[in-house]
Amino acid sequence: MEQVYLAIVLAPLLGAAISGLFCRVIARSVAHWVTIIGVAVSFLLSLVVLNHHVVGGAPTYNESLYTWMEVEGVRMEIGFLVDHLTAVMISVVTFVSLMVHIYTIGYMHDDDGYNRFFSYISLFTFSMLMLVMANNFLQLFFGWEAVGLVSYLLIGFWYKKPTAIYANLKAFLVNRVGDFGFLLGIAAVLMYFNSLDYADVFKAAPLMAGLTMQIWPGADWLVMSVICILLFVGAMGKSAQVPLHVWLPDSMEGPTPISALIHAATMVTAGIFMVARMSPLFEYSETALSVVLVIGAITALFMGFLGIVQNDIKRVVAYSTLSQLGYMTVALGASAYSAAIFHLMTHAFFKALLFLGAGSVIIAMHHEQDIRKMGGLRKYLPITWITFLVGTLALIGTPFFSGFYSKDSIIEAVHMSHTPGAGFAYFCVILGVFVTAFYSFRLYFLVFHGEGRMDDETRAHLHETPPVVTVPLILLAIPSVFIGYFTIEPMLFGGFLSDAIQVAPDRDVLDYLSHHFHGAAGFALHGFTGPAFWLALSGSVAAWFIYMKRPDIADQAEERAGGLYRLLLNKYGFDDFNQIVFADGSRKLGGLLARFGDAGLIDGVMVNGSAKAVGWFASIARNVQSGYLYHYAFAMILGLLGLLSWLVIQ
Amino acid sequence: MITLADYLVLSAILFCLSVAGIFINRKNVLILLMSIELMLLAVNFNFIAFARYLDDTAGEVFVFFVLTVAAAEAAIGLAILVVLFRNRGTINVTDLDTMKG
Repeated sequence: MEQVYLAIVLAPLLGAAISGLFCRVIARSVAHWVTIIGVAVSFLLSLVVLNHHVVGGAPTYNESLYTWMEVEGVRMEIGFLVDHLTAVMISVVTFVSLMVHIYTIGYMHDDDGYNRFFSYISLFTFSMLMLVMANNFLQLFFGWEAVGLVSYLLIGFWYKKPTAIYANLKAFLVNRVGDFGFLLGIAAVLMYFNSLDYADVFKAAPLMAGLTMQIWPGADWLVMSVICILLFVGAMGKSAQVPLHVWLPDSMEGPTPISALIHAATMVTAGIFMVARMSPLFEYSETALSVVLVIGAITALFMGFLGIVQNDIKRVVAYSTLSQLGYMTVALGASAYSAAIFHLMTHAFFKALLFLGAGSVIIAMHHEQDIRKMGGLRKYLPITWITFLVGTLALIGTPFFSGFYSKDSIIEAVHMSHTPGAGFAYFCVILGVFVTAFYSFRLYFLVFHGEGRMDDETRAHLHETPPVVTVPLILLAIPSVFIGYFTIEPMLFGGFLSDAIQVAPDRDVLDYLSHHFHGAAGFALHGFTGPAFWLALSGSVAAWFIYMKRPDIADQAEERAGGLYRLLLNKYGFDDFNQIVFADGSRKLGGLLARFGDAGLIDGVMVNGSAKAVGWFASIARNVQSGYLYHYAFAMILGLLGLLSWLVIQ
Repeated sequence: MITLADYLVLSAILFCLSVAGIFINRKNVLILLMSIELMLLAVNFNFIAFARYLDDTAGEVFVFFVLTVAAAEAAIGLAILVVLFRNRGTINVTDLDTMKG
């Protein structure tokens, strides 16, 4: 199998190298064929691996293939850890990536950077696969940074657009904050475990459980809590949790396929995956789990609110992504790691579907993204309409759709959890269901129903998008509907991920839930009686009533609750705060340092100062140099005399 | 009987004369060169006196070397002096202060 694992990782890299290095010489069709074939090979082999491990029951593969270097007994290696968790992740990543590759042919077909774009997304696929298949922290970090780099390149793909440059810089800087925490976490692991290998670290974890350290004198911290919180800071950056979420909405400046692949389906879930992979560590720190739970809950609810006031089709979906990532994080905090991975998987399908659907609308509308200028698109874009509806239904958690299974199990798991903060988290996720339904259907109704609000010229050119766009939509709609139904039992209750995920018995909420689980259909029927379903329904109805039946309510509400509306429009002031405190503050600090530190101290005192001191000394010493030969001779003889007398006296 | 001390005194006098020549002379570079020659001769005196006194011919051999070198040095010095005079039009010591800092 080793060759298969290698081929999975290297096929997209090869595609990226060919289309990237020769992007100026090769034809467009060559660029998309090599990358699509690369990713398709990778996808098919992922299915082979999934089959091999899940159906064939192959044992966990954990081998290091290459030793990069060895420093004081710490081996830095490249290796693969393939278990069920990895098998699921690589299948999801390569499938969504393949769909996005195909879709890109349609979306980017008149863009100048066509070949470059294909190279980037294939490179992304390679990096993401390295990340999820890593068997040590160093390789995890490599993949982590590589996906961050590609994300940066792709947000700023249209590098002549100032907003895109601003957005990619912002994404890069915010991710640096998270990555700094992550790196510190890895450093702490190395310091205490003296190994970077997952297996070694997880094996030694129980021995470290009671160990404390002092970050500042007088305060004892559990080493495990410190490590886990630092690692989670990394996850907060990558998976866009409050307060490091600010980059994700702005990342919508990139082309839509990227929003689907990187900023919804795969890269942003790296943090979730990482925490799930580190479950043997997180289980030893209730503090860290509480932090995870509360941060996730805040993200899930409050980012959902922001989706209600956005008018850009992609931004609404972006805030929805933030909110759903919050749900996954909540599941992690409640020790329901499997539920988080399950939601990650279903979310990858339906969120990629929603983004690609939004992209299809954008193509049809000639790159107009404002939903106030859309409406009634149902008639013109039937396939996009129906698939978008499927995505929306999955997102809000309609029973029998995939989103329902994952989201409902998260809500139930949080309900059962006793981790501190679980009460607050339950309140957030249950209210979040209403909010999710409201903004999702607001978007859906404003785009596809009601009167068309576009200008006549756009309307005249409206027609369904080409098959390269619609086929991926259909292929993504299928798992969005069915995958939850078929996989909930093995993934959540069948011990499918038990080779990768460890949960302390007293915290194992999913085990508790499994006693009440009687098949996927029963779970869905039971869902009709729960509060989540009724909240979702009322959210949808409210959206229909406010935006279809009585559009004046929305305007009135906007006026009546002006303060609240402005608070939401300003995104709770996170951006302003960052802009004023961090951006302007650091620029002022930089200016201050430039003036006093650089110009004053370094230039003024050290550089020019030493030059002046030399000059001053030289101006005195210059007087000795009379230029007359006999003075020099005299000095020599005096010196000789002095030397001789010293020798004689001695 | 002329003793070693007499030779050494003579040599010291010659040496001091030449040093004084270097310092007191403010006019002519030629006199500077002559003073240097004189200084070398004072040294030669010492060599020969000690050679005789210690009955060791190495000192006399040294004198030949010093004389040869002195001759070469005088030739080069004079040649430089000629060029200097051509360029500057003077060999006055006080005028030659281009090395002044």
